Amino acid sequence: MGISENGKCITIERLLELGYEAEDLLHLRIVTNDETLQKEISTYDINRPGLTLTGDYDYFDYEKLQIFGRGEYSYLKKLVDEDKLENIYKFFSYMVTCCIFSHDNEPPALFVELADKAKVPVLISSLPTNILVTRITRILEDELAPRTSIHGVLVEVFGVGILIIGKSGVGKSECALELIERGHRLVADDVVEIHSIADTLLIGSGAKLIQHHMEIRGLGILNIEHLFGVRGIRDTKQVQLVISLDEWDSKKEYDRLGLEKSTYSILGVEIPLFTIPVKPGRNIPILIETAAMNYRLLKMGYDSAKDFELQLKKRIEDEHHRDTEA
Amino acid sequence: MIEKVITIKNESGLHARPAAIIVQKANSFKSDVFLEKDGDRVNAKSIMGVMMLAAALGAEVKVIADGKDEKEAVDTICTLLESDIDREVKQ
Repeated sequence: MGISENGKCITIERLLELGYEAEDLLHLRIVTNDETLQKEISTYDINRPGLTLTGDYDYFDYEKLQIFGRGEYSYLKKLVDEDKLENIYKFFSYMVTCCIFSHDNEPPALFVELADKAKVPVLISSLPTNILVTRITRILEDELAPRTSIHGVLVEVFGVGILIIGKSGVGKSECALELIERGHRLVADDVVEIHSIADTLLIGSGAKLIQHHMEIRGLGILNIEHLFGVRGIRDTKQVQLVISLDEWDSKKEYDRLGLEKSTYSILGVEIPLFTIPVKPGRNIPILIETAAMNYRLLKMGYDSAKDFELQLKKRIEDEHHRDTEA
Repeated sequence: MIEKVITIKNESGLHARPAAIIVQKANSFKSDVFLEKDGDRVNAKSIMGVMMLAAALGAEVKVIADGKDEKEAVDTICTLLESDIDREVKQ
């Protein structure tokens, strides 16, 4: 856990940028030299190096982010003041990823000097430890999450994130346009960027350059934000349902009952999938709205298809009893 | 599935018009056609995707095709990408 499986990593420089971009969420600054800015992080796990400083190196998770809270800081200062430097030297003999001091505590000059030599970045944040840890974990988890991009349209319908997929020209964008017209929201058209959180949630968003733009054959490129205003758009949304638009194939069997659930796998996460055949005269946006409402019903514990099947079974049993009694 | 890496030769990069021509050509093939730049893969049959790449002159782009006419698709798209599309548009 915590280590990015896809081998992704980010530099300290990027971490600092990310902090600034998010309204200076991390209040981070660096005290070691510029060379250490290029050091790479590939984990969002943290370690409190208290035990390590006392000399116990048995389970030293040196590749994790080393967070020096008040306790570690004051112990470190004591070590430097009393000139007991052995454990500090030993600390830097490992390939430590990065050290972060919370509460705006300035690490002792000797510590920074050793870090510079060992090319270990040392950062200071003015935040209290608990807040720093939560925020840094969240930012890193997001950045290191597995990513993919999918050809489709992501819309929010009645609060449900629906990814519409299908071949080029099947009418995904037209369908999304009608949904927006009906008061729903567009997240991304054409290229949907998706990352997974903790291998359970899928978050989708649009690529920066083309976000909230759409291409409709015959009309060209449209700016949905300008056309429909903020009510028609959304920046990110969890993907909760996948709807695949298929060209109608009279030989293919489509689901008539909704009792068997199919799923669509994105980054190893299974998402409920509905395949809707497209044919002139079928109003796809209404079908998608209904799928969204049915999904919400299901989440609230009501399964229309199952409930109907139960009623039918009961009716058949009753009939059977009446027949045998008579 | 076949793929080929090429370098963009169009002076002003893959802006809207060249992108439209590539998408049009890609749509004439049965195979799935993709373009990839810096790890971002997009469907070559959709104009927004191709434009999203914002590929400039000299950028390396990988053309990937999968299907019955994949070879023709890759050849045609690669020739287009490596040509000076802007000049061809004017002619």
